Amino acid sequence: MKPPRFDYHAPRSVDQAVELLVRYGGDAKILAGGQSLMPMLNFRLTRPAALVDVNRIPALAYIREEDGTVAFGAMTRQRTIEFSPVVARRLPLLQEATRWVGHLPIRSRGTIGGSIAHADPSAEYPAVLTALQGEVVVQGPRGRRTLEPAALFETYLTTSLAPDELLIEVRLPAMAAGAGFAFEEFARRHGDFALAGIAAMIVRDGARCTTARLASAGAGPVPVRLRAAEEILERDGLGAAAIAAAAARAAELVDPDSDVHASADYRRHLTRVLTARALKRAVDRAR
Amino acid sequence: MTEAVAVSLTVNGARREGRCAPRKLLVDFLREDLGLTGTHVGCEHGICGACTILIDGEAARSCLMLAVQADGAEITTIEGLMQDGKLHPLQEAFRDHHGLQCGFCTPGMLLTALDLLRVNPDPSEADVREGLSAVLCRCTGYHGIVKAVRAAAPVLRGGS
Repeated sequence: MKPPRFDYHAPRSVDQAVELLVRYGGDAKILAGGQSLMPMLNFRLTRPAALVDVNRIPALAYIREEDGTVAFGAMTRQRTIEFSPVVARRLPLLQEATRWVGHLPIRSRGTIGGSIAHADPSAEYPAVLTALQGEVVVQGPRGRRTLEPAALFETYLTTSLAPDELLIEVRLPAMAAGAGFAFEEFARRHGDFALAGIAAMIVRDGARCTTARLASAGAGPVPVRLRAAEEILERDGLGAAAIAAAAARAAELVDPDSDVHASADYRRHLTRVLTARALKRAVDRAR
Repeated sequence: MTEAVAVSLTVNGARREGRCAPRKLLVDFLREDLGLTGTHVGCEHGICGACTILIDGEAARSCLMLAVQADGAEITTIEGLMQDGKLHPLQEAFRDHHGLQCGFCTPGMLLTALDLLRVNPDPSEADVREGLSAVLCRCTGYHGIVKAVRAAAPVLRGGS
């Protein structure tokens, strides 16, 4: 099918974009990379009065390293992230997760801000944002505010952003040098939506684990930080028994739903298996 | 509703202009307004990859972009691969290795493979299979397609 009619605007600045969002009072959709919104328009699952296309705002596309944080303009393409030397050096977990986002032709257009604002729980970037405890900056008519993942993701495809707010920046703390990491995901075909996924990062000091970060994707309405599983590793270290215990705990911490693609039990099972796999790879990589 | 918008872009090296409704998809603009019917419309939701073209040198789905978004862009479609009456080496390889059957997915396969080989000029078979998983072939002739892409890689690395 083809998209329904809409007013089309391509503002040149964030201020102009926010003005347009205010003008349409919740009846406008923001068009970022379009890899989720365009299918919804083509299927007429959404019929907004207007599209606010933010692709013509050059100030929204950048990767900046500042004081231990890497800041991404919301319109930074996934493809740019995949091949960014800064990301490879500071956020290798994000780079690895990016390769799971659709396919290269999808990543040519898809953006970090769009993926996070779309809030598909099976998506990779919301899980990485949750695992690394990053934050997003949003701008609306009342100014800017910064949100942590727990305050951002509300449920399936739903964030706490007001209809007149635009996600403008994603901030991720740079990973410690030598941190181990892995992104694991299972889908029936490469590039499909994940049935379950795990983002993992660990910092080790000999046999000790000084920091563990785990977040799940696809197993419930929002990405879940698996804090109690992280605590097992930080207490008991990185041996096989601790990894098995953390993986078992991870499966208890998620609250997946059943759907046509997989049962809740199967998603829980995948969460355990993928957590163990991710942790083993992360430990092997850690220095 | 927004009136018709002007779209001016470069397609296969030639400057092209048109006017269309803002809701017109880029793939439909290429086919209906510019007469370039080599780019095929498949699923219209970014899954099948038949409509894949190069936008500013990068493979992307032309069914997931509005024509108006391509204003100012440089686009390569399947019609742009042949040069001076000669098939592109990738097209030669598809012919030599039985890389097409019905041909519906072929334009998307070729442009996806071209982008893949630019990013990774010496791909393993697994790399090719992963890269080409972006395009669906309903004849299921993947084996010949993978062989063709692997055969074209050294030719393209050699520079032509």
